[in-house]
Amino acid sequence: MSTATDVDATARAREILGVSRLTNQALTRWLHGLPGVDQVGCETRAAGLSTRSIKTTSKAWAIDLAISMIDLTTLEGADTPGKVRGLATRALVPDPTAPDTPSPAAVCVYGDMVGIARDVLGDSGVKVAAVATAFPSGRASRAVKLADTRDAVEAGADEIDMVIDRGAFLAGDYLTVFREIAETKEACGDARLKVIMETGELATYDNVRRASWLSMLAGGDFVKTSTGKISPAATLPVTLTMLEAVRDWRDLTGEMVGVKPAGGIRTSKDAIRYLVTVHEVAGEDWLDNHWFRFGASSLLNDLVLQRQRMATGAYSGADYVADDAPSGY
Amino acid sequence: MPTFEYAPSPESRAVVDIASSHGLFIGGELVEATGGTPFKTVNPATEEVLSEVSEATADDVDAAVRAARTAYTRIWSRMSGADRGKYLYRIARIIQERSRELAVLETLDNGKPIKESRDVDVPLVAAHFFYHAGWADKLEYAALGPNPRGIGVVGQVIPWNFPLLMLAWKVAPALATGNTVVLKPAETTPLTALAFAEICRQADLPPGVVNIVTGAGATGQAIVDHPGIDKLAFTGSTGVGKMIARSIAGTRKKATLELGGKGANIVFDDAAIDQAVEGIVTGIFFNQGHVCCAGSRLLVQENVADEVLRRLKRRLGTLRVGDPMDKNTDVGAINSKAQLERITELAAAGEAEGAQRWDSGCELPRKGFWFRPTVFSDVAQTHRIAQEEIFGPVVSVLTFRTPGEAVAKANNTPYGLSAGIWTEKGSRILWMADQLRAGVVWANTFNKFDPTSPFGGYKESGYGREGGRHGLEAYVQTGDGQ
Repeated sequence: MSTATDVDATARAREILGVSRLTNQALTRWLHGLPGVDQVGCETRAAGLSTRSIKTTSKAWAIDLAISMIDLTTLEGADTPGKVRGLATRALVPDPTAPDTPSPAAVCVYGDMVGIARDVLGDSGVKVAAVATAFPSGRASRAVKLADTRDAVEAGADEIDMVIDRGAFLAGDYLTVFREIAETKEACGDARLKVIMETGELATYDNVRRASWLSMLAGGDFVKTSTGKISPAATLPVTLTMLEAVRDWRDLTGEMVGVKPAGGIRTSKDAIRYLVTVHEVAGEDWLDNHWFRFGASSLLNDLVLQRQRMATGAYSGADYVADDAPSGY
Repeated sequence: MPTFEYAPSPESRAVVDIASSHGLFIGGELVEATGGTPFKTVNPATEEVLSEVSEATADDVDAAVRAARTAYTRIWSRMSGADRGKYLYRIARIIQERSRELAVLETLDNGKPIKESRDVDVPLVAAHFFYHAGWADKLEYAALGPNPRGIGVVGQVIPWNFPLLMLAWKVAPALATGNTVVLKPAETTPLTALAFAEICRQADLPPGVVNIVTGAGATGQAIVDHPGIDKLAFTGSTGVGKMIARSIAGTRKKATLELGGKGANIVFDDAAIDQAVEGIVTGIFFNQGHVCCAGSRLLVQENVADEVLRRLKRRLGTLRVGDPMDKNTDVGAINSKAQLERITELAAAGEAEGAQRWDSGCELPRKGFWFRPTVFSDVAQTHRIAQEEIFGPVVSVLTFRTPGEAVAKANNTPYGLSAGIWTEKGSRILWMADQLRAGVVWANTFNKFDPTSPFGGYKESGYGREGGRHGLEAYVQTGDGQ
């Protein structure tokens, strides 16, 4: 399967839009021509998917899949090398009492912590993801944002989580957002790029759909809901809207783009609702940590707890889940 | 990569205890029928016999009407509205307390998915009793006319598609306005009505206020013909509705009839397409399409027809058809063998007339009555599947080019119960709603029900309204005289 990196984003965008020059006007026409999202209907559908009852073998399967999809995250001003080392070590051994527990997909940290995480994770297969582009507000010059990105990649990041310029998006300056994503993608080199829309600031599902399409057009490898610093963070209807976008994008281009809800997903029950939604909206192909992630930290504890319960038949408790870096995110 | 199979998640049947045989509920007592041939009610998903039910004879109906008359004259018509309201509130609360049991019973007897009986039917049943309990002492403020009060004894005959919900639609307003009731549930789904009889006893409802007689067409006819009945309320097929109207012509009996439909669900090219697809699914596959107001005709603007159809088919691939007791089932069993035969026959006619038939090919259980969710495209207005009510999980897709054509096609049916409009343009919704001759018009949603909202039809879909303030009108007389 080809990926967006193979071709120049602007040239490809011109082709998809059918224009000779990529202008803000052309982007506006294209994005505003997408079908709308009816808020009531979208939320009703998400609520309907939430009532699925996942039990026994399918629950066990879903718990392991969810663990393998976590970007285990710490993004705090108070992060220390010790805390990051602890988190990375946890990713290697999520549950010392059950060595068959899968590892999370990645450890997600600020750019200056990439080297520390890399040292612990080595070639274990657990990726290092770094937030960049003046996370979480995105309010910095383009040069600073790109330098931030390059710095993290050079330090060994496999994945970059960027934020879009929500101000530009809300002002209708789609071309600025497009260029910033495309240039960040270029700065990523081989690293995969997750594009955070900060949907809590975009407010409407129409905006979520448009921002998702704009990110995919500009070459993002993932569309991601939130920084975790703004409330509301990830919600099921927002994620549903993104899943519809990546599904329709594949219909249009043949390319797959990943989805990452982040923030506020704390329980196994929540995680399973998201997996059901992935399954029934985007389809089986996205049920893989290459294409779907959870941005979370405490979620891992609850998944491990549920996994222990399914193995032993009894609830243990928080003290039976080894946790090196308790966090509220 | 293994696939995400949902392991079976069956609702427990242990919450219900179904008696092997049932009598009639007359004058507050469960009594034996005086004759008649008992009949069996089966679980349509397994063909298992659930219970044996009595067939009420004309004599039994007479006893029920007399009990209702006595209760009306001596107790219910003399009771204050506030006190009637207390009984209705009590019934509503008992329904909520016993909701799990009622949902399981409904699913076993009807074949509808447990998630629908649990999340839609039973909560709406309780809501109807709560809503009408509130009206009981406020009828004078409902703008019904001077001195609003009950009519007398009401005969009610209800269908099998929403057994307990249709009972609530009938019984709650009748009782709130001061009438007493003789009700006949459908012969294939009598169990929740009989459970409701128990609830009336549990609520200490005065004997004779609600009487429930089971049976088929002959029992229904005995109610319709009984001279002691003051008013009839019927929900069911247009054919039977016409028979009832003929039977009571020239008598003093009043009637409200809620009959068939062939609802148009109209999708414009500017609709929120993903939600419109959901609305199409809700419109026709909710309750296996056993819904009088189902969106059984999909009218889609020609310039987006292929796209809508492609998305609809993809969505139908994810519908889970099977065991109604499984919490993950989306589409359950067809209610009876007779209904399955009718659906099968009409679908065959659709094919024979040249429409394109499609279904997802999903696996169906071997026992029981099943029909795959089916889409007919290239349907013409003259096809039987565009004209006749199929009352099953079958949608007929037609196209239109302009709003005017959409209205003309939507109205070009003897029915007029429901319609849906899908567009992001508010002004078009209002214009369309004004033009459509349908009792209910939904905008950017479908099959939404609420006790505060009146429901009823135009043309051959019947007359009278149920629910809301309008629904009270059918159950009251006003002024001084008798």
